[in-house]
Amino acid sequence: MTNKTPVLEVKDLGIDFGGLTAVNNFNMEIYPHEIVGLIGPNGAGKTTVFNMLTKVYEPTRGKIILCGKDMDKMDTVAANKAGIARTFQNIRLFTNLSVIDNVKIGMHNSIKYSTLDSILRLPKYYKEEARIHKEAMELLKIFNMDKEADVLAGNLPYGAQRRLEIARALATDPKLLLLDEPAAGMNPQETEELMETIRFVRDHFDISILLIEHDMNLVMGICERITVLNYGMVLAHGLPEEIQSNPAVIKAYLGD
Amino acid sequence: MKNIINKIFDAKHRSRTFSYILVIACYILVEVLMSTGNITSLLKGLLVPLCCYIVAALALNLVVGVSGELSLGQAGFMSIGAFSAVCVAGYLGNIVANDIVRLIIAMIVGAIVAAVFGFIIGIPVLKLQGDYLAIVTLAFGQIIKSVINNMYVGFDNNGFQFSFVTNNLKLGEGAKILLNGPMGATGTSRISTFTVGVILIIISLIVIYNLMYSKNGRAIMACRDNRIAASTVGINIANTKMLAFVISAALAGAAGALYALNYATLVPAKFDFNTSILILVYVVLGGLGNMNGTIISTVVLLLLPELLRSLRDYRMLIYAIVLIVIMIVTNNSRMKTIIESFKKKISGKGVKAHD
Repeated sequence: MTNKTPVLEVKDLGIDFGGLTAVNNFNMEIYPHEIVGLIGPNGAGKTTVFNMLTKVYEPTRGKIILCGKDMDKMDTVAANKAGIARTFQNIRLFTNLSVIDNVKIGMHNSIKYSTLDSILRLPKYYKEEARIHKEAMELLKIFNMDKEADVLAGNLPYGAQRRLEIARALATDPKLLLLDEPAAGMNPQETEELMETIRFVRDHFDISILLIEHDMNLVMGICERITVLNYGMVLAHGLPEEIQSNPAVIKAYLGD
Repeated sequence: MKNIINKIFDAKHRSRTFSYILVIACYILVEVLMSTGNITSLLKGLLVPLCCYIVAALALNLVVGVSGELSLGQAGFMSIGAFSAVCVAGYLGNIVANDIVRLIIAMIVGAIVAAVFGFIIGIPVLKLQGDYLAIVTLAFGQIIKSVINNMYVGFDNNGFQFSFVTNNLKLGEGAKILLNGPMGATGTSRISTFTVGVILIIISLIVIYNLMYSKNGRAIMACRDNRIAASTVGINIANTKMLAFVISAALAGAAGALYALNYATLVPAKFDFNTSILILVYVVLGGLGNMNGTIISTVVLLLLPELLRSLRDYRMLIYAIVLIVIMIVTNNSRMKTIIESFKKKISGKGVKAHD
């Protein structure tokens, strides 16, 4: 695994908000086909790392290299086009649009007709719309949501909204998928199903996954490597077993 | 064939189909009434302005309802379209003999000029988040009014002449003044027709609906629902909002052109802030993002004051009561969800993805 070139390479990443250093000296590598966990106590800066990777926040220091490409000059849109897709801790769906439209929006950049084609309804429009409708339905089927394709996204139950966010992120055809607390608010049964889905997604789409999660069953169950963050600094890197027995990690979580 | 029929009456396309049927049915009804002489001259005179306001309101609904940005300068775009159309139609008066061709050329020019102004305004504003578009379009409407108020345009055999603030035009042979400062456009030949107005409404509906039900329409609504999520799935927010804004400006410009060429004289003060607000009222009462509602509310609210003219002093009172009643009636659950999401969007502004 370590012989391959990494999908994502993060070097000495850091961000300051005014005088406050939220994240500092953050290093990480993610290799193809890998599921990596990012854990840490509340306020450790996990979501801030996600926001920097997706360029929602501009890092103050450091480098992010995605598939050999420096992301220095990229904005959020360019970061997505380069191959990073994400979900959000507080679900951010397009609530007034249908489930299938949410997925189709994810496919926006792969649709090859112009505005003029759509306004004049030229054959290209119908051809492309038929193609992405088929692809979107296939994607929804994977997440068991094809029957709810025409439901408004805002009316879905909580668990389904989380799954739809993953489906939408996958629709952008990413190389690296960032999941921000995918199991939040799910019961053990749903979490179990989610773990299956995450593994399936990794194999089926052949992507790497980085996930933030507080549910330790999920993290220890599917992550191949784990990075622990505390007060904006990396506390530990390692395999799940190593992390579980690392005294510094235990101290960070449980206190002295 | 069966496919097409199925598609037209499909639940997804029902409101779209209803719009076209509504407009065409109204057109046939009015034409029949006109040919049988059952229509008052007052109402007849209102037909073209009605078409213009419907188009302007539909265009504004694209920005306010579909794209979720507040624009207070729709009358400004109408004004630009109107006065550029007057200049073009006046200049072409001797060159293009056919009135309809002249009208269409003038409307296209009006639309293009308005779209260019929309683009220029949109560049700095649409990158920002918040109520900046409302502020800038508000100022834009006022500025355009003042600029045209002080503009003198004429032409003679040697070509066009412009002057600003004071009338310095020195026109020679074959002279015609197109814009005369605060007097506005005078001596315009009245070439607008109701039929062209209805065709413009239908074109607007086609453009707006075809845009809404395409990848760009989905992107526009995605930016309205959640900016950050839209940008993380690769949608360029500024460009997407710009598309809606420029198309809206172009349609308003065409509407303004049609309006201007319906009157012999037109003063710049006609397209003031009140007109922008009036169009916004049509849109809000008709329902944000609801094109049928916009058409109906425009017809009702535009015709009502005129039809109540016989009641003299009481007519504005009744107008106000009708406004209030419509507001209460439209405040049903479906409207509420739309308004709720709009509110959520406004209160959600400035909140970034948090840790």
